[in-house]
This record gives sequence, C-alpha cells and structure tokens, in this order.
Amino acid sequence: MLIRPKAGILDPQGEAVQASLAALGFAVTSARVGRLVDLEVDADDEAAAHAEVERMCAELLANPLIESFEIVTGPA
Amino acid sequence: MTELRPRIAVITFPGSNDDVDARLALEQLGAEVVPVWHATTELAADLGGIVLPGGFSYGDYLRCGAIARVAPVMGAVRAFAADGGPVLGICNGFQILCEAGLLPGVLRANRQLEFLCADVTVVVESDGTPFTAALTPGEELVIPIKHGEGNWVTDPALHAELVERGQVVLRYAEDVNGSLDRVAGVANEEGNVLGLMPHPEHAVDPLLGPTGGVPLLQGLVAAAHERLAGAGVA
Repeated sequence: MLIRPKAGILDPQGEAVQASLAALGFAVTSARVGRLVDLEVDADDEAAAHAEVERMCAELLANPLIESFEIVTGPA
Repeated sequence: MTELRPRIAVITFPGSNDDVDARLALEQLGAEVVPVWHATTELAADLGGIVLPGGFSYGDYLRCGAIARVAPVMGAVRAFAADGGPVLGICNGFQILCEAGLLPGVLRANRQLEFLCADVTVVVESDGTPFTAALTPGEELVIPIKHGEGNWVTDPALHAELVERGQVVLRYAEDVNGSLDRVAGVANEEGNVLGLMPHPEHAVDPLLGPTGGVPLLQGLVAAAHERLAGAGVA
C-alpha cells in the first residue's frame, strides 16, 4: 500500500526533498514523501485481501488525521 | 502521620530515554516510583498514577508512538485511564497517547524541519486537570523542549471543541514548532490524561536551570495521593 501525507497537510520531508532537488538544478515545484508497505497476506481472494489490508491501514499503518492510503493488490 | 509516598508507574518502552529522569523528579517530589517494562500486562492495584516518558519508543518506526500504542502494557494503561487514574505522557509519551486514541490529535514533524532543544515558556490555559489544579490560567512556566515531532494538529472542528471544553491545557507563549494554536499540551475530556511536549521532569532542580516542571509533577503526585486515599490504600 501507498501511504501519503494528506492533501493540505504540511509535509516537511517533501519540502526538504523539493528544495534539495531544486538545489541540484531540477525543475521540481512540489514533492510529497510517503511510505510504501509491501505485505503478503493469506486470503481467499483479492477482494478479501483488500478488505483485510484496509483494516490494517485504519488500525495501524496510516493515521487518518494526516495520511491517506491507497491499496494495490495482486497475486503473490 | 508518617509520610506516605504515592506509587506512580513510569513505563519504559524499548527506546525510552527519559524514564530515569522522570523517576528521579517524581521521587524528589514525594512519589515512590514503580518502574514498569512495556511487556508487562498487569499493573499493581495500588498505583496512583502513570507516566509515559520521553524517548524514541521502537525507534519511532512507522510514526512516533504508533508501535508503542500496541505494546502489551497499553491495555492496562487504558484501563487505568478509563478508571479515572491520572496519566501523564511526556514528549514521546504524548505521541503514544495520541496514537492510542487516549488523547486527540497527532504530532507531526516540526515545521522548521529541525530537532528543537530549548527552554520555552508555556502558558497554563486550564486548571481543569489534576496536573494544573494548583495553577492559575495565564500563569507561565519555563520548561525545556527537545523534539523533532512536536507539531500538534487536529481537524479544525475538533480543535474548536477542545478549546471550548478546556482541553487545551498548555500553550507555547510563542510559536516554536508550528503546532496548531501553539498547543503544547492537551488533555482528554475528563482531564485525567494529559500529554505535553515540554519535559517537566527536566525542570525540577534549580541547579540545572528552570523549574517550571515542578507544579505539573506536583499535581500528578497530589492526584496520585488522592486516588490512593480514596481507595483506602494511603
């Protein structure tokens, strides 16, 4: 899953990355830094796995106050 | 009457590093400290208070406090808080209480992207908690901060409710880290759980600098005493 700072939420890490890339001469006007979590889940089908991972995000992996998440599933 | 020292637990997580200072400060202020390891699942019945100290529990993996939130000891901490017991979270302890849902909001990286270490002035905004009961709103305390993630935020509607209910207990006199509304410390609705980024346990001895931490910790010790007296223990 991809976990990102929510739109409108200050992302100091992204700002630092943007400023550093700009300092190297790259024309980057915005950078947001999130997290990628790869999981292997035992589940009957992809929909079940998706639902399970959604609960994991809500309970631990993302903080809904400041982060949004996107789940991408596929066979192992 | 012999001196009664209320028992206060200081919980050590892997990566906690202010647990010893918290213990020394509380002992200096009249408490008997019970060191508790995070893997403990039950707390002594005669505890009067709990402190979650500062540090970097579980290496700040995932988000500050996110892993500690599910530590074995947290079930007992929740039960103690639900029973009205005074719980104080300092710095990483504040982050843990927010992640655990015992306190509102979340602590993000400081706006200036720097680890901050300084003596700061905080203003007491509410005397509706045991920690601030002996203080007067408007009173100023000088207490050190040392954190990279102290930039507290919540959604605007909840923030307005918190202010209305007096749950914003401490504010920085000036903006230090980008924290919404200069919030330095918030309490739960009942007032028995308080989290703050400044370190009262580092501000108890005039030899080492400001002593603004004394009244807050005294408030905890007094509340612990009261709880035990109420339970017929002390």
